[in-house]
Amino acid sequence: MISARGLRKSFGDFEAVKGIDVEVRRGEAFGFLGPNGAGKSSTMRMIASVSPVSGGELRILGMDPATDGPAIRGRLGVCPQEDTLDKELSVFDNLYIYGRYFGIDRATCRERARELLEFAQITDKAKAKVESLSGGMKRRLTIARSLINNPDLLLLDEPTTGLDPQARHVLWDQLFRLKQAGVTLVITTHYMDEAEQLCDRLVVMDKGLIAAEGSPRELIDAHSTREVAELRFGVGEHEAIAGKVEDLGERVEVLPDRLLVYSDHGEDVVTAVLDRGLQPLATLVRRSTLEDVFLRLTGRRLAD
Amino acid sequence: MARQYDYWLTVLKRTWRGGVVGSFLTPLLYVVAMGVLLGGFIEGDPDRLEGATSYLAFVVPGLVASHAMTIAVSESTYPVMGAIKWHKTFYAQLATPLAVRDLVNAFLGFVMFRVASACAVFMLVIAPFGVFATWWGPILAWLSQVLVGFAFATLVFAYSARLTSEEGFGLLFRLGVIPLTLFSGAFFPIANLGPVLEWVARLTPLWHGVSLSRMFCVGQVDWSLVLLHVVVLVSLTVVGWFLAVRNLDRRLEV
Repeated sequence: MISARGLRKSFGDFEAVKGIDVEVRRGEAFGFLGPNGAGKSSTMRMIASVSPVSGGELRILGMDPATDGPAIRGRLGVCPQEDTLDKELSVFDNLYIYGRYFGIDRATCRERARELLEFAQITDKAKAKVESLSGGMKRRLTIARSLINNPDLLLLDEPTTGLDPQARHVLWDQLFRLKQAGVTLVITTHYMDEAEQLCDRLVVMDKGLIAAEGSPRELIDAHSTREVAELRFGVGEHEAIAGKVEDLGERVEVLPDRLLVYSDHGEDVVTAVLDRGLQPLATLVRRSTLEDVFLRLTGRRLAD
Repeated sequence: MARQYDYWLTVLKRTWRGGVVGSFLTPLLYVVAMGVLLGGFIEGDPDRLEGATSYLAFVVPGLVASHAMTIAVSESTYPVMGAIKWHKTFYAQLATPLAVRDLVNAFLGFVMFRVASACAVFMLVIAPFGVFATWWGPILAWLSQVLVGFAFATLVFAYSARLTSEEGFGLLFRLGVIPLTLFSGAFFPIANLGPVLEWVARLTPLWHGVSLSRMFCVGQVDWSLVLLHVVVLVSLTVVGWFLAVRNLDRRLEV
């Protein structure tokens, strides 16, 4: 579906994407995980065939975006990071008018629009202005709009950024249903839980490059331990205490508000810490996540 | 273009009321105030009024031509910035098989519909005042006004597509539209400006439109001059169109 080799994007002197190789296969949910400014959105806009490639090779659905842009875009669904819904139009018209841009006839457009309102669970808002929708509804409408042409490939740029937890779960459920229906999804996100929930395979991006690639499970196995013991001490004590616990796990990370001790047996770490007479204010043992992978690979946290 | 028809129809549906006031009522007020009431004081000497038999007959073709410019400019300023910056309509449209060229064409098509319909109504309303010399002149005059609209719509679209802040529009209106309206021969013969400024006026795009529109309305047509005017306005339109597509393409590329 997507094949990129040595893909680059630069804006003047600034290189947003510095040569990445990506392969996305039919039917999979593929993720670009990385902090803001990692080059995810630039990559996404090149894949969406609206931003010219600065270097390397890119093929979407077997076509070259430089020459077949309109043909590629006709088979893509794009859910941009910022809502680009037409606030002057009703919810229904947003879908209908958009379908017309793809050259879909009027009757089919109306029918598709009704189906998609149903899918997005906003049928009762059909006649409402976009302005009156909640953030979650707007997002769902944007996704519904991106499906108007029955796309082979759906691109979602930060689909749940800015949504409350409940709205995120509704959205995840819908994306999951699309995935089950066989739609190929490409998702960028800086939320590791989102990447874990939705992606079969993903690349971790940092500073315009790919730092690692694999399924969420593979990445965690390869770059982190099974469990993590989180220890919270008083403000400013973490750096000093890190030295006293570093032998308890494979690795220790010092964050401003806590220590992370990486070990396959988190509970044992906590017990050993207490045995040494250290008194953390709070402790938590959890499984490793992609956040830990990212921390390991880049030395920084994801969502700062 | 056809794919964007339904979209622009919805735009028309929600904006036509304001358009009626701006496009039809305002110019009528001008005709009454400038043409009838002010013009009543002006003794028409056909030699000094470029062939018009009365000041009303002189001012009407110029007013409609400058009105064409005003509509073209106002429809290609804030709405263009809105589609880029505020509503992001262009970004949404560009995610579909439509190309930048298609967006520009449909947008300009809508602007030109506005210009053409407003000028047509203006000319029809004026007809009973007996200011037109022939029946065919006003039709060619109307086409001239449409041409004025094309030249300004494309050039101003190109300008707006580059603009990041709306302050640039204030500049355009104050240093562009208003001086052009006042000094391009719409209200008085440019011969009154004196030899130097008269030549400056001759270089402005609006003067070509005013002169064209007036020649056809008063029925004294110098065909070689017509050719010059048409070549100038068509050239500006072509250049403006290329710049509009190029500038919007660069703007949306990022």
